[in-house]
Amino acid sequence: MPWNEQYEPVIGLEVHAQLLTKSKAFCSCSTEFGREPNSNVCPVCLGMPGVLPVLNRNLVEFIIRMGLATNCAIAPHSIFARKNYFYPDLPKGYQISQYEEPICSNGWIEIELEDGTRKKIGITRIHMEEDAGKSIHDQDSDTLVDMNRCGVPLIEIVSEPDIRSPRESYLYMHKIRQTVTYLGICDGNMEEGSLRCDANVSVRKKGETKLGTKTEVKNMNSFRFVEKALEYEINRQIDLLESGEKIIQQTLLWDSNKGIAAPMRSKEEAHDYRYFPDPDLAPVFVDEKWIAGVKKTLPEFPTARRDRFVSEYKLPKYDADVLTAEKELADYFEGVVKNLVKKTDESFKLASNWTMTDVLRVLNEQHIVLRDFPLPPNHHAEMINLIVDGTISGKIAKDVFEEMLKSKDSPKSIVEKNGLMQVSDEGAIERVIDEILTNNKGQVEEYQSGKEQVFGFFVGQTMKAMKGKANPKVVNEVLRRLLEQMKK
Amino acid sequence: MKTFDAIRADLSAGTTTCEQLTGDYLRAIDAGKSLNAFLSVFPEKALQRAREVDKKLRVGKAEPLAGMVVAVKDVLALQGERVTCGSKILENFVSPYSATSIQRLLDADAVIVGKTNMDEFAMGSSTENSAFGRVKLPQDESRIPGGSSGGSAVAVKAGMATTALGTDTGGSIRQPAALTGVVGMKPTYGRVSRYGLVAFASSFDQIGPFALCAKDAAQVLNVISGHDEKDSTSADVPVPDFVKALKKNVKGLRVGLPKEYYGDALTAEIRNAMEKKVDVLRSNGAVIQEVSLPHTEYTIATYYILATAEASSNLARYDGARYGFRADGVRDLAEMYTKSRSQGFGAEVKRRIMLGTYVLSSGYYDAYYRKGQKVRRLIQEDFLNAFKKVDCLITPTSPTTAFRAGERTDDPLQMYLSDIYTTSANLAGIPGISIPCGSDKQGLPIGLQILGKHFDEATILNVADFLENAKE
Repeated sequence: MPWNEQYEPVIGLEVHAQLLTKSKAFCSCSTEFGREPNSNVCPVCLGMPGVLPVLNRNLVEFIIRMGLATNCAIAPHSIFARKNYFYPDLPKGYQISQYEEPICSNGWIEIELEDGTRKKIGITRIHMEEDAGKSIHDQDSDTLVDMNRCGVPLIEIVSEPDIRSPRESYLYMHKIRQTVTYLGICDGNMEEGSLRCDANVSVRKKGETKLGTKTEVKNMNSFRFVEKALEYEINRQIDLLESGEKIIQQTLLWDSNKGIAAPMRSKEEAHDYRYFPDPDLAPVFVDEKWIAGVKKTLPEFPTARRDRFVSEYKLPKYDADVLTAEKELADYFEGVVKNLVKKTDESFKLASNWTMTDVLRVLNEQHIVLRDFPLPPNHHAEMINLIVDGTISGKIAKDVFEEMLKSKDSPKSIVEKNGLMQVSDEGAIERVIDEILTNNKGQVEEYQSGKEQVFGFFVGQTMKAMKGKANPKVVNEVLRRLLEQMKK
Repeated sequence: MKTFDAIRADLSAGTTTCEQLTGDYLRAIDAGKSLNAFLSVFPEKALQRAREVDKKLRVGKAEPLAGMVVAVKDVLALQGERVTCGSKILENFVSPYSATSIQRLLDADAVIVGKTNMDEFAMGSSTENSAFGRVKLPQDESRIPGGSSGGSAVAVKAGMATTALGTDTGGSIRQPAALTGVVGMKPTYGRVSRYGLVAFASSFDQIGPFALCAKDAAQVLNVISGHDEKDSTSADVPVPDFVKALKKNVKGLRVGLPKEYYGDALTAEIRNAMEKKVDVLRSNGAVIQEVSLPHTEYTIATYYILATAEASSNLARYDGARYGFRADGVRDLAEMYTKSRSQGFGAEVKRRIMLGTYVLSSGYYDAYYRKGQKVRRLIQEDFLNAFKKVDCLITPTSPTTAFRAGERTDDPLQMYLSDIYTTSANLAGIPGISIPCGSDKQGLPIGLQILGKHFDEATILNVADFLENAKE
């Protein structure tokens, strides 16, 4: 839904990313997802009287990774604060977070707009905090609380109000997701809540430099909803202003079923969090040595990797974009490449085609992620090797691929077991073609009277007779030669 | 009443056993029920443990505190036992784990006999704020024993335990020690792990011993001190042998008398008692000089801003949702919170939660909390400057001796002033010890406070030990 072009939206996003540390932020409980409710808990994360938090160093390590990946300054000294509010899934009555003196600040990331131009979005700050538990409201108006998520580490990434459209928001979210997954610090799943996004939105007349009154939009739990909710809110604000009304500063919840963002009850948002430094935690000191150590472990970032795929494997930019969109896929592709016998541009392109079309197709069909994809890169590469050295045809390879998914056998053993080797023996092929030409005199005459398209018919018949195993190149050559001979 | 040295001698001589001692203390607890010093006593458990300790003693494999029977303030967690904090809101709460300090006592073969009464959540200076009734001064039951660790002080004074653990946020060990006439020590902030100490004000709270003498306090401190990975604020600094630090010598020791502590608030009786002790030090070669702690007048205000701010957050977890008291007949979440907390907390706790909530509120944070933090730093600097000139400071512990129950309950400010000499050590994080220093006309104990440098408990224990044993 486009909006009144006289206006310009100003958007800043606050993204929460749940970190993939093995243990919680301030105790040694597991962060494993999907366990029996209230089983990943201990006195510390349950906020029992007298307990104290102890910082998980991995959390700091992870946020330094994110800070470096987003060009942030890493503070040598940062502190934790308490954010105080009452809620049943918040066992201490406060959330440990960072307020003044966050660990990362003043960074930026770059998004690529549809027209190919790149735009920098400023990152105001990234800080550490702990997650709350989960409230489950059942039908009988009872509320049950699962504390497994209590104390799971989060980082909050706060952008500058540099975003100018819902589309840019969408691209920004994708970039954040790509970055955290490349860094291996978050699984990036918005639907399951490991990546969450709130937006601050205002609109103003184009050319105006003053910011309009903003609203906060929450509960946009998919990439698509981010875009839709922001479109909705921008139009709502513009409509209000156009009809001479004022924007009220408030928090709105996106309702994906109704397709609207409705204001939260004012009671729910009347929070004074009373932030103050947490006296139970020492300041976090990060020295240059630590930062340098983390820097060494950083992976190649998506844009650099895409550019390398184009230069090193001579892939089209489109292929490189698709393959590097997610780290797992790029890793998979390079796993295939590593196992190729002939490292030629042709085999790289083959590997790319198979990865982009067949691998992604199966992931889609089976609703699985790459981690659960049954075909390991080395088997995949072996199949391509068989194509490249002429052992099997591309067509047979499709069957081998399907069989590998089912049996998890190696392509070589599938080919051998089922006798799928491509036949390139001219004598054998000639014998089959001879028979076909003899049995199809009419079509031979048609061909000889100039109807060239009948050639395809002969190829088809030959492949059919040879159960697809004939080397198509050889079939073409032999067929052309025999037909020429018959002319004479 | 025997000191731990005397007990060890009896044990070595075979004239008593740990079981017998524990039985004696249990009988004393029973006999002194009217003092209301204990909130829970575990006779069977204690005797069982005492028998185990006796077994170890027989084979010569006992740890250093074998034979010591300890009472612990009911703000410290002991697995499987209630930890009420003197509050209705935690009346039936049983701790699922043990505090590090308690675990260290147990590992050192001490016997824990029970948990002592206290001002609710350690907020008070008279132990009148307990939801389970006030604690009485053994010398005069119409009077209060100080607070908030009044139960622990009385337990030691009345022979119900060899030593006791208390907690000191603004004077809650030293002031009751002074008022009951025992030794009470607050170690340096960070010296003893706070893990398992139910927080009142996290950046002030510190666990410490009550004892009949400085040496007993040193023995307990030897065991409970030291870094704990479960408490990020516990300091990773070496722990000296505090018993060895008792050198029986104060020659050349530089002692400071902060002039701000000897003002008009002090009664002549207390002043005279102090001077006698200072004379003892002087005549034994200590160098006495007056020093100044210029920001002393801001101590109480700063303390009540910062400590209540932390308390308002620390006490948020008692909301009736997961454990502890929940009010009946509530219709919704907001009502569950307000009713449970209104009915579960006592008046003083509510007063401090409100005060702390106020100073952290948006619009007031800079004027109160942030300014309080700045003043706290100035007060710390006062001490650091003083300690450039002297090795320790000697002050009164309390401006008065034990007052009558009810005397100050209607006047919180007057009650807060009971801690006028003690809160500065918590603001600065330095160690302090209160030792008996004679008595007033009514025979009520007077306390003398020795303050030391950060992590220099050794010096103040030495001075305390010296004064105990020296002739006036």
